[in-house]
Amino acid sequence: MSDLTEQWRERVCAAAAAGTALQVRGGGTKDFYGRTPVGEVFDTRGHAGVVSYEPTELVVTVRAGTPLAELEALVAGSGQMLAFEPPHFGAGATVGGCVAAGLSGPRRATAGALRDFVLGVRVLDGRGEVLSFGGQVMKNVAGYDVSRAIAGSLGTLGVILDVSLKVLPRPVAETTLRFAIGEKEAIDRLNDWGGQPLPVSASVWADGVLQLRLSGAEAAVRAAERKLGGEVLADEAADALWQGVREQTDGFFADAAPGEVLWRLSLPSSAAPVKLPGKQLIEWGGALRWLRSDAPAAAIRERVAALGGHATAFRGADRAGEVFQPLPAPVMAIQRRLKQAFDPAGIFNPGRLYDGI
Amino acid sequence: MNSATDPVVLGEQEADFSAVDKARVVEALARVLPAGALMYDAEELRPYECDGLSAYRQMPMVVALPTTEEQVVAVLKVCSEMGVPVVARGAGTGLSGGALPHAFGVVLSLARFNRILHLDPHARTAVVQPGVRNLAISEAASPHGLYYAPDPSSQIACTIGGNVAENSGGVHCLKYGLTVHNVLRVRGVTIDGEIVEIGNHGLDAPGYDLLALVIGSEGMLEVVTEVTVKLTPKPQLAQCVLAAFDDVIKAGEAVAEIIAAGIIPAGLEMMDQPATAAVEQFVRAGYPLDAKAILLCESDGTPEEVAEEIERVRAVLERSGATEIRVSRDEAERMKFWAGRKAAFPAAGRISPDYYCMDGTIPRKRLGEMLTAIQEMEGKHGLRCINVFHAGDGNLHPLILFDANQEGELERAEAFGADILELSVALGGTITGEHGVGIEKINQMCSQFTRPELTMFFRVKGAFDPRALLNPGKAIPTLNRCAEYGRMRVSNGHVPYPDIPRF
Ligand SMILES: Cc1cc2nc3c(=O)[nH]c(=O)nc-3n(C[C@H](O)[C@H](O)[C@H](O)COP(=O)(O)OP(=O)(O)OC[C@H]3O[C@@H](n4cnc5c(N)ncnc54)[C@H](O)[C@@H]3O)c2cc1C
Ligand SMILES: Cc1cc2nc3c(=O)[nH]c(=O)nc-3n(C[C@H](O)[C@H](O)[C@H](O)COP(=O)(O)OP(=O)(O)OC[C@H]3O[C@@H](n4cnc5c(N)ncnc54)[C@H](O)[C@@H]3O)c2cc1C
Repeated sequence: MSDLTEQWRERVCAAAAAGTALQVRGGGTKDFYGRTPVGEVFDTRGHAGVVSYEPTELVVTVRAGTPLAELEALVAGSGQMLAFEPPHFGAGATVGGCVAAGLSGPRRATAGALRDFVLGVRVLDGRGEVLSFGGQVMKNVAGYDVSRAIAGSLGTLGVILDVSLKVLPRPVAETTLRFAIGEKEAIDRLNDWGGQPLPVSASVWADGVLQLRLSGAEAAVRAAERKLGGEVLADEAADALWQGVREQTDGFFADAAPGEVLWRLSLPSSAAPVKLPGKQLIEWGGALRWLRSDAPAAAIRERVAALGGHATAFRGADRAGEVFQPLPAPVMAIQRRLKQAFDPAGIFNPGRLYDGI
Repeated sequence: MNSATDPVVLGEQEADFSAVDKARVVEALARVLPAGALMYDAEELRPYECDGLSAYRQMPMVVALPTTEEQVVAVLKVCSEMGVPVVARGAGTGLSGGALPHAFGVVLSLARFNRILHLDPHARTAVVQPGVRNLAISEAASPHGLYYAPDPSSQIACTIGGNVAENSGGVHCLKYGLTVHNVLRVRGVTIDGEIVEIGNHGLDAPGYDLLALVIGSEGMLEVVTEVTVKLTPKPQLAQCVLAAFDDVIKAGEAVAEIIAAGIIPAGLEMMDQPATAAVEQFVRAGYPLDAKAILLCESDGTPEEVAEEIERVRAVLERSGATEIRVSRDEAERMKFWAGRKAAFPAAGRISPDYYCMDGTIPRKRLGEMLTAIQEMEGKHGLRCINVFHAGDGNLHPLILFDANQEGELERAEAFGADILELSVALGGTITGEHGVGIEKINQMCSQFTRPELTMFFRVKGAFDPRALLNPGKAIPTLNRCAEYGRMRVSNGHVPYPDIPRF
């Protein structure tokens, strides 16, 4: 074990004994996410670097403090990518923060989510134990799939030390098409297309304009382009568009009025238009709907639950209250016991996910 | 300090259920189940004594066959109150003894939960009961141009509940993923009789990802009563390339070269010469019998996409030294190429009275080392082994041939298997890629995980099943068992593969 890991173990054990809250933090680019962070900052950036990368195995193992941008540049050098297109939300984003936040970008609906690409993790738990789960191989059903459960746990279960991620080849060809259509029609079309063997890799609808990215073999992209019609975007404009959606620098996100909350609504892709006050941007073939609204949280959560989804107050909300959709009691009880299993003293990011978790 | 809910002692030793009183359990269950849903005579219990791993057999105390979720809740409440172990069961095709009954327990069969409740072609989802067969979902989705992607070879028989419990894969999972990538929501009942809905019809759920924990949990966390699966559009066209090699290592390198070229084929399978010979006798797939190994590489998508990819694959295979390359000319020929691969297990059953199927997964680049070691092990254990692989993802299915009627052969087959699994771990892989740990590989879990990791697995189980009544004694070894196993391995001579670094 490295000296740093040893120091971290000692620090965790001391914090557990004293009941000191630790705010596990990489680049701090996602400080805005979840409930209000509390505790002494536990900076992970010292534990950085690539442990191994074998392009032909489709696996990269990195230390959690590694800058996400560095990892992406590394795999791009071998013509590969993190297919879930994680948002950085700032220059200093680390791989650990990316995995802990569990957020995926535009390619998610067709390529899969961050958790789908997590093959293994090494974590430091609340007892100061270093534990490895999963591994570096594609298929592994030995023991419970703890590594995927660590993804998206917002640092509340332990400090992620290393993570192994599956990488994929970058598509040979990519093109973006533009259609002027309304919300209802966009949702319908996206679901129709989803049921056909088309190389769709991202979609975004806002303000009466649907934009669709196609990725794959040259022949497949050209054939789909001919079949779907629409106006073809220039390459630079397309890159800027998807970058803006992924990093939320696009006008929709940038223009939020004071007092508005940015809500992240996760819904069945074919759910009807939400008809809530505010402005919307729709991604993921209809399954992700961003809403800028000043409507009361209860009204939003109720409507979204009725449509079979859940709502997160993503930015700009009162973070002392619940940010994530409240869970039914039996599921919440399991969540609490899981937290207890990893972090019995409740020191890691207490209350960041839910009150008491 | 000795209660099962105390996390400190969780998983220390096997729980003792010998005090369970069969007559009282039968009486209590008869009160909550309709006539014909409860079995307790030896005659009726016999079909449940094993799963697909028939070397392990155990008669259950009782079998319950509920038809409704309320009945499942009631059965679990009875078992929870009376401290009775419960083993859920689907079709019993599992290959690791996951559904092996408990001598003092109830087998809870989900066989009567066999309805597809709802299929939404527009949203591309299907809500199904756990006893629905894997293939039945694809058949129901077919008129809409859709299918359920994970395709285990047992798909005509195995159930979606079993697939969820094992995180099953198939020959197409390199491109389309495993069960965990294709299930959106699982509804289940905990041992306390609480109904829990995990996941939803969207693409994510709030809180910890419990869906990831439940999928692959081998019936240890909850009993699954309803599953929502994602449906995938059927590709317009699929075409398969068959390539022959005069050397197994070259074939392994060709697999790496295909991936290095940026190609993710729909399927990428490999068979060694003894495996090809065995299936050829059986199905006459037309495989080249002089080849030391063959590769099957499938491409799917639009006709344009397939043509482009097949050309790229062909170029890589030529560069990698393939001695022969055939591209399927039509659907009939493609099916013929696959018929051989899919008949590998039955073919093993043809040429040998018994076979034992292993499931280790290793980094692809270690394939050559593994094959060489397996050859040496054939000599050491005096048994033959034929090899089929999901080569694209490094998942090996060596089939060890033996005859259980010959004194000592079963034990030798098991020792052979244990050697393969230990080597899989030593090469940086895992003891099981898709068949699960069950009872079969429970000892090797002690080699793959440390004591604190195993303890954490027991804590995770405790978060769902605090009294440890669901499938006790499976999947996660107690610390006592590991101590026993450690002594056994060391007394056999020495720790296996001491020269290979552990990580
Ligand atoms: C010929 C053959 C080929 C095979 N090929 C493949 C293959 O290609 N890929 C692959 O991955 N596997 C394969 N298998 C293994 C097996 O088919 C799978 O593991 C399958 O998912 C088991 O399903 P089942 O319904 O038979 O489950 P069972 O064998 O009945 O049970 C398996 C496990 O699931 C649990 N379980 C079952 N139902 C539930 C439920 N409703 N709730 C909670 N727990 C439950 C059981 O307790 C047990 O632990 C093959 C098996 C055979 C015999
Ligand atoms: C649930 C299930 C689904 C199947 N699906 C298919 C399929 O889709 N396509 C296909 O071609 N074949 C499939 N098979 C295999 C097939 O049914 C028979 O196993 C095969 O035809 C064996 O032929 P047999 O009757 O000559 O030998 P059998 O008498 O059935 O058995 C031959 C030998 O193989 C062993 N054996 C059989 N099955 C297993 C097993 N699952 N795990 C471990 N050892 C085993 C037996 O112990 C015996 O030693 C499936 C089997 C099962 C159990």
